[in-house]
Amino acid sequence: MKVKLISAPYLVWMAVFIVVPLIMVGYFAFTDGNGHFTLEYIADVAQYTNIFIKSIWLAAIATVICLVVAYPVAFILTRLETKVQGTMLMIVMLPMWMNFLLRTYAWMTLLGNNGLINRLFELVGIGPFKMLNTEGAVVLGMVYNYLPFMILPLYSVMVKIHKSILEAAADLGCNSRETLFRVVLPLSLPGVNSGIIMVFVPAISTFIISRMLGGGGNLLIGDLIEMQFLGNSYNPNLGAGISLVLMVIILLIMTIMNQFNDDDDKVLL
Amino acid sequence: MVNILTFYKRYVNATKQSCRNIYIYKNSSKTLTIYCFSTKVYIVGLFFEQPSARAENLTGGRIEMENIISLKNISVKFDGERILNDINLEIKDKEFVTLLGPSGCGKTTTLRIIGGFITPNGGKVLFEDKEINDIPPHKRNVNTVFQRYALFPHLNVYENIAFGLRVKKLPEKVINQRVGEMLELVNLMGYEKRSVNRLSGGQQQRVAIARALINRPRVLLLDEPLGALDLKLRKEMQIELKRIQQSLEITFIYVTHDQEEALTMSDTVVVMNNGDIQQIGTPVDIYNEPVNAFVADFIGESNILDGLMIKDCLVEIGGREFECVDSGFGENTPVDVVIRPEDVKLVSPDDAKINGLVQSVIFKGVHYEMLVEAYDFSWIVHSTQAAEVGSAVGIKFAPSDIHIMKKMEKANKTYLIGTPEEEI
Repeated sequence: MKVKLISAPYLVWMAVFIVVPLIMVGYFAFTDGNGHFTLEYIADVAQYTNIFIKSIWLAAIATVICLVVAYPVAFILTRLETKVQGTMLMIVMLPMWMNFLLRTYAWMTLLGNNGLINRLFELVGIGPFKMLNTEGAVVLGMVYNYLPFMILPLYSVMVKIHKSILEAAADLGCNSRETLFRVVLPLSLPGVNSGIIMVFVPAISTFIISRMLGGGGNLLIGDLIEMQFLGNSYNPNLGAGISLVLMVIILLIMTIMNQFNDDDDKVLL
Repeated sequence: MVNILTFYKRYVNATKQSCRNIYIYKNSSKTLTIYCFSTKVYIVGLFFEQPSARAENLTGGRIEMENIISLKNISVKFDGERILNDINLEIKDKEFVTLLGPSGCGKTTTLRIIGGFITPNGGKVLFEDKEINDIPPHKRNVNTVFQRYALFPHLNVYENIAFGLRVKKLPEKVINQRVGEMLELVNLMGYEKRSVNRLSGGQQQRVAIARALINRPRVLLLDEPLGALDLKLRKEMQIELKRIQQSLEITFIYVTHDQEEALTMSDTVVVMNNGDIQQIGTPVDIYNEPVNAFVADFIGESNILDGLMIKDCLVEIGGREFECVDSGFGENTPVDVVIRPEDVKLVSPDDAKINGLVQSVIFKGVHYEMLVEAYDFSWIVHSTQAAEVGSAVGIKFAPSDIHIMKKMEKANKTYLIGTPEEEI
């Protein structure tokens, strides 16, 4: 009974700020301005299929890049001395101490046509290249901002892989590549799984990164939703419909991810 | 190649003995020597590499491969601290060797050097007289049972044991058969599908042994494998391990801090302390003829007293002279005198040269352990008969029970005996 009491604040929080808003999103998505039931807005979402595909595509690329970059970093991190590990982890998290907007603005000044990078190119005698307002800039912004969210879950899983397990693999005939694929990778799958979710979910629904680094030509779902609530095309019912569809898509992707992960969860969690 | 096969068939016909392993060594550019390992090791033939050349028959030339592993002048330093000082050790084929010593004595380091996990700062590691210093662990014909088993948590019992064969990419049929053999060897039939996380300590231990043995190593290294088990299980596993070692006829190198374990299982015990080998010998030798006070104290309980060797076969302990059987220490030399508690007899004070008062009596099951205060020294005495606390007794021992040892160079008698060390 006491244990239940402790969780009361969170339960209240969840009811007021998560469950109720969710119900409201559902309500708006399935009603028109007068409160009558309609499927019109859900059907309208179909016309934005291109934007959905683009958002999923860019978020997926960013997630894969994050995974490829973060995996070796996380592994090397766990094999360092404990003291050094702490320092290195802090460096990984350091950018997160700065404001998200500020960090993204910084990229604008770096990537712009008159930005720092293009000026450096100018000195060498090449360029200028169009870097800002491209899909590449959006992916870069996503990777930059969400990389720590990939490194941390990978790190926390890999740090539990005891050195003697790697030695056992070597002892039984594995070279370092085989050790990676036969032991480290399977044991770190839960971390890969949660890292992917932690990066993919915010990346697919971002609107600041695409707005600032992608310009007007790289509209993502996040921007679309924002426009329905705050922009000129004010239409909260459509906005709720898009949000609902996005939620369903994310849920589907997460369910698929979890299928891959069943056995390992039991072991490490 | 044809020559070798023909010759092998002839050899099997002649000796009625099949080879467990065949090793072919290239002697020079022209000749090959073939070793056949069954129970003993024979050279079965010397061949010329050119197919046209005639095979020369050397059958019957029998060589017993004495040393499978030799450590020559091995030294190891970590952060400037000396872990091993010039270790020399020879390990014979099919022997059960135990490295015994307190925490931090360097025994695990020695084992890890043989396994390939530590490269020594100096010296040579030889495997059948070939240097293997630079060969990485995965290419050595040696397997390890790790201290905490280090089983793969993402694999079940079957897959853990099959791991070594899967790495070698052997066909499924062979894997299945050999895992079956291993499960039978360690008595784990029926546990194939079990997750290793749902096994008891003893069962995990068996999986670790099976996993290490499936590659049919010439040498199995065991790093305090029984440290985490309770006493009863430990005794069972000791017998089990000895049985496995004898049935497979391979070399076991076993690290422990438990002297009883070492005495029970080993053919040879290597006692280590502070990075040095103190004594190498059979369990009986080590117990009965310890070379110094450290070994005497570490192997079983001992009374270690300061003595003065007056001349051969006469030693002075606490101002009294005793006859003994040791000689060769010179005259008037300070020595350590070791007397085992079970060799001390309590008699009436009139019948003995040493008299003392009984301080305490503890019942130990098989015997009583008593502390007797005499000459500012607490004598440990083991006897099946208890004396009364506070009573005056005489202490007596036979001349052959007095073991004389050279004084240890460093009078360092404080060392840890206890928990399994965590050298990671």
